[in-house]
Amino acid sequence: MKDYDAIVIGAGHNGLTNAAFLAKAGLDVLVLEKNDYIGGATVSRELHEGWQYSNCSYVCSFFRPEIYQALDLGRHGLEVVPLQGGATFMQNGDHYGNYHQPAVRRREIMRHSKRDADAAIRFDADLMKWCRLIRGFLLRTPPDPASFKWRDAMEFASLLKAFYQLTESQIYEFIRFFTMSIAEYLEEYFESEVIKAHFSGGSIIGTGLGVYSPGTAYVLLHHAMGDVDGNVGSWGFARGGMGSVSKAIASSFKSLGGDVRSGAEVSEIKVKGNKATGIILASGEEINAKVVVSNLDAKRTFLNIMNKKDLPEEIIHRAENFKIRGSSGKVNIALDGMPDFPALEKGSPLTLGHMHFSDSLERLERAYDDWKDDRWSTDPYVDMVIPSQYDPTLAPAGKHMVSVFVQYCPVEAEGGWTEEKRQAFGDTVINQISQYSPNFKDLILHAEVRTPKEIEAEVGLTEGNIFQGELTLDQLMFNRPFPGYAQYRGPVKGMYMCGSSNHPGGGVMGAPGANAAREILRDLKRTDTTPEDFGDD
Amino acid sequence: MEKHDFKQVLQHTPFHVRVEELSLMKSWSPWNGYQVARVFDTLAAEYFAVRSSCTVFDVTPMEKYRIKGPDALDFLNRLVTRDVSKLKPGRVTYVAWCNDEGRVLDDGTIFHLGDDGYRLCAQHHQLDWLMISSLGFDVSIEEETHDVAALSVQGPTSYSVLCAAGISGLEELKPFGILNTKIDDVDVMVSRTGFTGDLGYEVWVDPRHGITLWDAIFSVKERGLYDIKPIGLDALEMVRIEAGFIMPGDDFITAETAVRADHDRSPFELGLEWAVSFDKPYYTGRRALELEKSQPAKRRLVKLSVEGNKEPTDSFLYDAKNGQRIGAIKTNIWSPILKSNLAMADIDYKNGEAPTEIWAEIYYQKELEWKSTWARCEISDKPFWSNKRRSQTPPNRV
Repeated sequence: MKDYDAIVIGAGHNGLTNAAFLAKAGLDVLVLEKNDYIGGATVSRELHEGWQYSNCSYVCSFFRPEIYQALDLGRHGLEVVPLQGGATFMQNGDHYGNYHQPAVRRREIMRHSKRDADAAIRFDADLMKWCRLIRGFLLRTPPDPASFKWRDAMEFASLLKAFYQLTESQIYEFIRFFTMSIAEYLEEYFESEVIKAHFSGGSIIGTGLGVYSPGTAYVLLHHAMGDVDGNVGSWGFARGGMGSVSKAIASSFKSLGGDVRSGAEVSEIKVKGNKATGIILASGEEINAKVVVSNLDAKRTFLNIMNKKDLPEEIIHRAENFKIRGSSGKVNIALDGMPDFPALEKGSPLTLGHMHFSDSLERLERAYDDWKDDRWSTDPYVDMVIPSQYDPTLAPAGKHMVSVFVQYCPVEAEGGWTEEKRQAFGDTVINQISQYSPNFKDLILHAEVRTPKEIEAEVGLTEGNIFQGELTLDQLMFNRPFPGYAQYRGPVKGMYMCGSSNHPGGGVMGAPGANAAREILRDLKRTDTTPEDFGDD
Repeated sequence: MEKHDFKQVLQHTPFHVRVEELSLMKSWSPWNGYQVARVFDTLAAEYFAVRSSCTVFDVTPMEKYRIKGPDALDFLNRLVTRDVSKLKPGRVTYVAWCNDEGRVLDDGTIFHLGDDGYRLCAQHHQLDWLMISSLGFDVSIEEETHDVAALSVQGPTSYSVLCAAGISGLEELKPFGILNTKIDDVDVMVSRTGFTGDLGYEVWVDPRHGITLWDAIFSVKERGLYDIKPIGLDALEMVRIEAGFIMPGDDFITAETAVRADHDRSPFELGLEWAVSFDKPYYTGRRALELEKSQPAKRRLVKLSVEGNKEPTDSFLYDAKNGQRIGAIKTNIWSPILKSNLAMADIDYKNGEAPTEIWAEIYYQKELEWKSTWARCEISDKPFWSNKRRSQTPPNRV
């Protein structure tokens, strides 16, 4: 096997993005993937004949348009179609419809509360303020506030400058926003229970926190700051499923001369004299490289594929205590036809978006209570989408593919998962949906039920945490993954991290991959191929 | 509220059946969730009708709130920057209101409806702010936008048209006065208000009787007495700029919707100092406004006449030809009556003073070829256009 300039471990979207920018700078790059297929958590898999399952990540919003453009992903086959609609179904038979037409949406909020319809204007504007502040830092390396280096000082100054562009009262509000629970935050705007429940969902997705836990307001921002073609807060479906994202990046990477090897699990990063020299595969094969980049989460990187003797004690300690709790499950379903939702009018556009069945903050908090006791939620929060309504490539004509994200699902169901428990978890979810769609069960042709266990085993995310680590203030910006290690450089020379464990965190965004590439190219004194933020103003 | 039909994105006002019949262009715009005509036939005819005969504009979508209760007046006086404590029953007044930072949330009018409390008309949705502001006051606040329909009848013959339509008692009605009366046995409220700077009235009615009101007014035309033209948003935009009225959302961003710091505006910056009082009890934004008043003006929204005939749409403004940039045009029209380009523009002040010279760099195209030119601009302290018929009581017949 030849030597490479760089090896990237893990062919998830961040690994591939990182590799593509390195290849674009002229490096000879190899991406290694343990599975027989690439994509990590951005995959489309034919688990039932004729159906493509986006069986992990399922919607696309964050993916940085700068990266999309720089890697020419459109010509490499990526197409993200904005999704519309969405609804929260209520136990009393009513619903809140999140219509895409602003005038209709406003009337629908008014139907639940006239005041909330006006408060929504304040809510949207406020959220946009925080989004604007954060978005400018997605494609930037976080400064080290304890460093006296010129670059860190300048970056920190630009962070402060952005912050002080807010008005005095906005600064206070922003600090509150970062530390509040989503329930408390929404209560400052809305009075209708179903409206609060609908808007709080994005705050708990993927997070081992409840709607009343401090810090969850920020997670909402993390889900709201994405955009599709400049429409901030909107979500999209990748045509062909989420696998299209990783396929397009891989195609771009290969066109730049990169190599991808699947079915090649890395067992160790080789270190010689405080410098990474390559990797050892599970097969025993060794490949040398000047640079080794890990797309694995921080825990897996430092505790699984690095030798403890090569690491400072601090890193081992930090990695062991890294918060990466598994709290989400996934049920992916092939349907024989479009299910009925009797609460909706005939031909309603609401099924085109995210559907939820939790109509109060209290029910959401109870769902969290179950998880704390190592049980899956008996009344879970689900985020259900039916992308085959848009995308003809996902299921045969007239049939549908349903993706159901489930919050909460524990890593260890009281005494450990068994096949029966996994099925019972799936049934809980399907039963909840069936309460609002009586023919749903009859239409099921195949269902894949994934607990954090399966997600961890197949994708490699520790505890199945979709963000590669909780998005709480203690693990954000210059603290992500660990204080002093937020600039994508590992503790040994030539070793880097490019996964979502790093700034700016999880979501199919590509930013950690691109940011890591910038730092690697900088160290190698190569031309920076990573894109700058488009900027908002 | 009933579940709505999602296929009908924009709602129809109670006058829509008639509006639809008379609209030859079928040119519509959304306004507060309603489908509203932009132009019925030709813009020039609609514009001149406002200044020479009589026009009807459907103002139903305007935001309306009813405020009642023992503390209603105290609440309103605390809400707005103007002193409204002496507002008498049957009178209307223009107001603006701010947040705590003295930034304008919206402007509108307060109607003193006597025993029925007060009606606050606004450009934008205000229920959330009104409810927040009402803590501690014994008031009830109801949104009544959809429960009250209204037609704005404006132009030199508007008085004659309404008299001929059967409304009596108008001769004594002064500007900003309210008259409760009947038309074809239907209760209507008439206020001598409008957004045109001309003689005119607004007629308020229960939506169920909207068509009766419309038909009573248009019967005057059918009888061959006076011409009446329905007008759309485009003609209204021309006459409101001529009259020097500002439009929140178009001329400036309201404080609640402004996302970027310093993009919102204070009443001083909008030329509304005449509607800011410091001789009344505490009101929202007062402290910030007092501070601002003690400091030199940073910028102003001004009325600007622009030389020549090239429209300065979206133009940047400079302190000299090819000089320093000092502002931008927000909205502008060509005034057929003044044969002049008129604009609302945001201008930076230096040391509290308006620039001595203002130039607009104008891009315009002729047959798809783009050209640019410079035009000198002049700040107008008064409305661009006014006519004494607006306030004559009793009004002239023509």
